[in-house]
Amino acid sequence: MRYSAFSILLNGLRGNTAWKPAWRAPKPKPHYDVIIVGGGGHGLATAYYLAKEFGIRNVAVLEKAYIGSGNVGRNTTIIRSNYLLPANNPFYELSLKLWEGLEQDLNFNAMISQRGVLNLFHSDAQRDAYMRRGNAMRLHGVDADLLDRTKVRQMLPFLDFENARFPIHGGLIQRRGGTARHDGVAWGYARGADSMGVDIIQECEVTAIRRENGKVTGVETSKGFIGCSKLAVAVAGNSSQVAAMADMRLPIESHVLQAFVSEGLKPFIDCVVTFGAGHFYVSQSDKGGLVFGGDMDGYNSYAQRGNLSTVEHVIEAGKAMIPALSRVRVLRSWGGIVDMSMDGTPIIDRTHIDNLYLNAGWCYGGFKATPGSGFCFAHLIARNEPHAVTREMRLDRFERGYLVDEKGQGAQPNLH
Amino acid sequence: MASLIPCPHCGQRPREEFTVKGAALVRPAADAGRNAWLDYVYLRDNPRGRYDEHWHHTSGCRRWLVVTRDTATHEIEGARDTAARTETVE
Ligand SMILES: Cc1cc2nc3c(=O)[nH]c(=O)nc-3n(C[C@H](O)[C@H](O)[C@H](O)COP(=O)(O)OP(=O)(O)OC[C@H]3O[C@@H](n4cnc5c(N)ncnc54)[C@H](O)[C@@H]3O)c2cc1C
Ligand SMILES: [Zn+2]
Repeated sequence: MRYSAFSILLNGLRGNTAWKPAWRAPKPKPHYDVIIVGGGGHGLATAYYLAKEFGIRNVAVLEKAYIGSGNVGRNTTIIRSNYLLPANNPFYELSLKLWEGLEQDLNFNAMISQRGVLNLFHSDAQRDAYMRRGNAMRLHGVDADLLDRTKVRQMLPFLDFENARFPIHGGLIQRRGGTARHDGVAWGYARGADSMGVDIIQECEVTAIRRENGKVTGVETSKGFIGCSKLAVAVAGNSSQVAAMADMRLPIESHVLQAFVSEGLKPFIDCVVTFGAGHFYVSQSDKGGLVFGGDMDGYNSYAQRGNLSTVEHVIEAGKAMIPALSRVRVLRSWGGIVDMSMDGTPIIDRTHIDNLYLNAGWCYGGFKATPGSGFCFAHLIARNEPHAVTREMRLDRFERGYLVDEKGQGAQPNLH
Repeated sequence: MASLIPCPHCGQRPREEFTVKGAALVRPAADAGRNAWLDYVYLRDNPRGRYDEHWHHTSGCRRWLVVTRDTATHEIEGARDTAARTETVE
């Protein structure tokens, strides 16, 4: 069913009894051309673009819980393409361009809002670094503006500009950046993929990868064996676990990242702001809650919940940036398990097994990548060669010495 | 994460006093070769379960510790000084 204002009206008149589920709940077939492990944003987007762009429709997405239960439903919904390095920027810009047309493409309201992403700076050195980043973005044809303190003050008068330790000197803004409804994105891709024949199979955990003569023949799951010609893995925080089923050790650690939402407030913050010095970022959801977060807890974890000391740290940083936050009540906090790669950059690549493909290492920033990741991963699976913008996101770059270290932190995942 | 870490020198101390570094791996010899170093610097078992990692008692005795922790439950099994290769405080 195509969604439109007319369909809402019509269904309303019928007492909303005629709505159909947005995707089917099929039983697994014995064999698929492509099996995608992981029904997060990336797995679902991959299935969608495989069907839509590459005509491969005999596809299953296997999800161990329900779709949207992983990081795609846990993130703080920020989308942007303000990357410095040439290995990253064109990829994230491709993704942002896909975001810009996504709702029309999917016929689904993903509440994409290009409200701007502003990164504050607090010192001359940081201003130089942001100016460099902004220039690199512009050289790639991406919008970026450096704002001085007066311009930032006009936008967000309630920031603590005179903070003794981290005074605010200005910020770098990408106006095309913003937010999207994270579950809406998962649901929209699921519905789109399903409508082209993709089977989305929930509560189906992959427990082993069956191989014969050096090739994958299928996967053992909680719903039995399912065969496939190609296997694609996009399981975010569980990447090392699933890769181990194919005897691989990845350059990845799993870490917990927390996020928070406050009680609903009247319109207060109309963009995304990051506090360059204090490990804090915030935006306001359409319901009015402030959605915010900070750094990872810093230790390896599979627990999807974090530690009180990080909660305190994030909230202290928030109060340092916006003193008025001290009067706001936090409603909820949660954690997600992020796949931290050793250089902070993702991996979209083939593996030592010919028909096994890997999509991993998204760190805390893979939501914005969802459309681009799905598109490029589908390209790799369908054509057996990388899309031009993911050419450096190779699995063997660590061995070859071609790291893509956006932050320049070295192989220390809890610093990326 | 458990909120207390048993420092072998200071006793049970709040987690806030410590800084985490990451996997407690055995450093290869300088001439161990390319694969050993690739392994040490970049590749990880990343287990779900028991895990040895380095924590620094930054606001305490300032010793480096090896803390044995479960990455799925966050429970801490014990900690020892990095210099003491074997004994672990429970
Ligand atoms: C708190 C938090 C805030 C974040 N904020 C942002 C942000 O503002 N902007 C941004 O760009 N990014 C952000 N991220 C990162 C982003 O959410 C992730 O990088 C991205 O969602 C990962 O891709 P995914 O959606 O496919 O992952 P997931 O949704 O985690 O999908 C992976 C799926 O694989 C399934 N799975 C795992 N193992 C198996 C198995 N054996 N068999 C079958 N299925 C399996 C899981 O159940 C899961 O559903 C944030 C992350 C967190 C945790
Ligand atoms: Zn101590």
